[in-house]
Amino acid sequence: MDTRLAVRARGITKCFGDVVALDGVDLDVARGQIHGLVGPNGAGKTTLLGLLLGLAVADGGRLEILGTPVQRALTAPDGVAGFVDGPGLYPSLTARQNLTALVALRGRDAGTAGVDDVLDQVGLTDVADDQTRGFSLGMRQRLGLAAALITKPRLLVLDEPANGLDPAGKKHVHGVLTRLAADGTSVVLSSHRMDDLQALCSEVTILATGRVVFSGPLSKLAAENRELDYRLLTSDPQAARRLAGDAAGIRIVDDTGARHDAEALVVRALVPALDELVVQLVHAGIALRELAPVVSPLEAAFLALTEPKETGR
Amino acid sequence: MTATVAEDIVATARPVSVPRAYRFELVKLVSQWRIRLLVLACWIAPGLFVAAVSRQSTLPVDTLFGRWMHATGWAGPLVTLGFAGTWALPLLTSVVAGDVFASEDRLGTWRHLLVVVRSARRIFAAKALASLTVLLLLVAGLAGSSVVGGLLAVGNQPLVGLDGHLLTPGDAAGKVLLAWVCVLAPTLALAAIGLLGSVTLGRSPMGLLLPAVVALGMQLAQMLPLPAAVRLALPSYAFIAWNGLFTSQAQLRPLLIGIVVSLVWTVIATVLAYALFVRRDFTNAGYDGSGRRAVTAGALPLAGVVAVTVAVVAATTGATGSGIEQDKVQRSLATVFAHLYRMQTKQLNRPEVTEAQLKATATCDKGSIRVAAEGPGNDWRCVVSWHLPGVEAAGTAIYQLDVTPDGRFMADGDGPKEVNGYFLVRTPNGDAPNPLWQFDGNVELLRTSKE
Repeated sequence: MDTRLAVRARGITKCFGDVVALDGVDLDVARGQIHGLVGPNGAGKTTLLGLLLGLAVADGGRLEILGTPVQRALTAPDGVAGFVDGPGLYPSLTARQNLTALVALRGRDAGTAGVDDVLDQVGLTDVADDQTRGFSLGMRQRLGLAAALITKPRLLVLDEPANGLDPAGKKHVHGVLTRLAADGTSVVLSSHRMDDLQALCSEVTILATGRVVFSGPLSKLAAENRELDYRLLTSDPQAARRLAGDAAGIRIVDDTGARHDAEALVVRALVPALDELVVQLVHAGIALRELAPVVSPLEAAFLALTEPKETGR
Repeated sequence: MTATVAEDIVATARPVSVPRAYRFELVKLVSQWRIRLLVLACWIAPGLFVAAVSRQSTLPVDTLFGRWMHATGWAGPLVTLGFAGTWALPLLTSVVAGDVFASEDRLGTWRHLLVVVRSARRIFAAKALASLTVLLLLVAGLAGSSVVGGLLAVGNQPLVGLDGHLLTPGDAAGKVLLAWVCVLAPTLALAAIGLLGSVTLGRSPMGLLLPAVVALGMQLAQMLPLPAAVRLALPSYAFIAWNGLFTSQAQLRPLLIGIVVSLVWTVIATVLAYALFVRRDFTNAGYDGSGRRAVTAGALPLAGVVAVTVAVVAATTGATGSGIEQDKVQRSLATVFAHLYRMQTKQLNRPEVTEAQLKATATCDKGSIRVAAEGPGNDWRCVVSWHLPGVEAAGTAIYQLDVTPDGRFMADGDGPKEVNGYFLVRTPNGDAPNPLWQFDGNVELLRTSKE
């Protein structure tokens, strides 16, 4: 039993009838770590998050949360909080009443439980006494986060917490999660937005059709030995194109899509070959004005790992 | 390190206690505008209704005790009770119990609730208790408001019972309150059906409507000429059986059977709802219920309960026919007539006469052709005979009776008009129609022990 881990899952399987939602999933989440869970729709993310929250129990495998084995539904240890499929809020109650009712359920006093404090943390102080019926999706997400925070969790499980958040709200939530992690709380969150994961997570697990296809640090995912598309803007596009065409390990991507202007050159290459091309461009007196991946390395890795392999035609 | 490891291992969180979960459910229910509106309506509308109707010249004579609303404030709560059993209570149980589980499906809050409370069993208990509390609050409002409205508008006068005898205001108060307590049993049965529908049918509107639909079905069944055993085996009979409290010899057997049947339904429907709820898979966020499960785990067991109850009631009471028999109709009519004749005598300032002196009897036939005088119908024709002290000849009066399948009858005087025609008599509350002109009574569907 590794007590440095907030979550330790080994060989987790979960089926719904004939559908295998999770198939031998392993997951390690360290204490104080923000761990991202990504995957296409139907990959099993919500099912896995539900298991972490104790909503269901795995059909097979072993799951330890905060050092405690979980063997039955609704027996997750104290200190686990969060939401899946959106936060559970009661529209006839105000934001404050939602939180007050929650702390009363746990036998605590609303005054000492810090309702006002968590409302302030998620930036909802101004609407604390408004019924949540009129809340936007982003406000609901933030209140859901507040509901989880008020329990002072040691493991926070969040399903798409940035859904519906405006840039300011997203920054707010990111700040809250980062502070929590710094204080030792582990966070497991699912998201479809790679920029969120890059901004927040130190490690990610990618699920595809119920299986783990990658798990580890983001840097490792991005640095996987994989060809990427890069967009180059140079002072002499024609000459650059000729050089790229002759360079070893470089393929020119014939992309005439609207997002690429005529001056841009898109090439597909591994990082070493790209480095060599840059050197050649500079030696040829061609100024390199811009060099960037067409899609982020993380997104490219995600797509490569999760998209169905094309059969040979 | 050992100490650190021990500290790091976190105990499984204990589920939230039922009282706390119950308070949470109450907060949620009471925060809903429709529940607040219902509470307000139940505590105000019946009082206003009773007060308003009691001051009108036309009374709801089709409703039991409606014709006495001018005479006493205790008639109003009973008129309200009759209306509540037919319409209000089924609808209230639908809105409260029929929605208490489905609302979580609609809001998508099940997972949140389970994560917080950590026990499906305790959630069920809390929700059932909270909906019961709100229902009791609503029923108390209906009863209390109608009593206050009646007493303020008309006053604390004696009430004429279903067999014509006078109940003192104290007796009337006790029996009115007891009648309202008795209808809690079928209300609980409908509430349990509401829980079952709410659990089984999820977000489907049928879950919400189920108590009202079941109540309507049972009311239709009560209107059909079914054997008394079937009638008594339905929980809805307890919505009618409180009538038996308002006869001088209280008809307790049908009332007790109705209450027991209702409580059996309550227990079975609640257990079924509980069993279905704790087995539910909450990983599916958009649960719209399962029609097949509603039939196999809900409707079929309850249909079985009806069959068993019919058999038990028939075997233990011998009530295989309609229960409306010639001798019972005759005896009941004669009893009511005697009590009301005595009242009329007093109102007309004639020499007082007692029921024993009157020795009233009735002879009844049903239909214009020679058919068995048995069963409900509006073709009962009766001749009532009575004796006055010092007068050798017996007096006679004719009545047309409309007997409904539940045993209630309305007698309409058909002459002589000096006895049972329409004329006004002077009462302490002002002029009122001749009490022998039209009056209500009831026939006990079960054979009494005296028989």
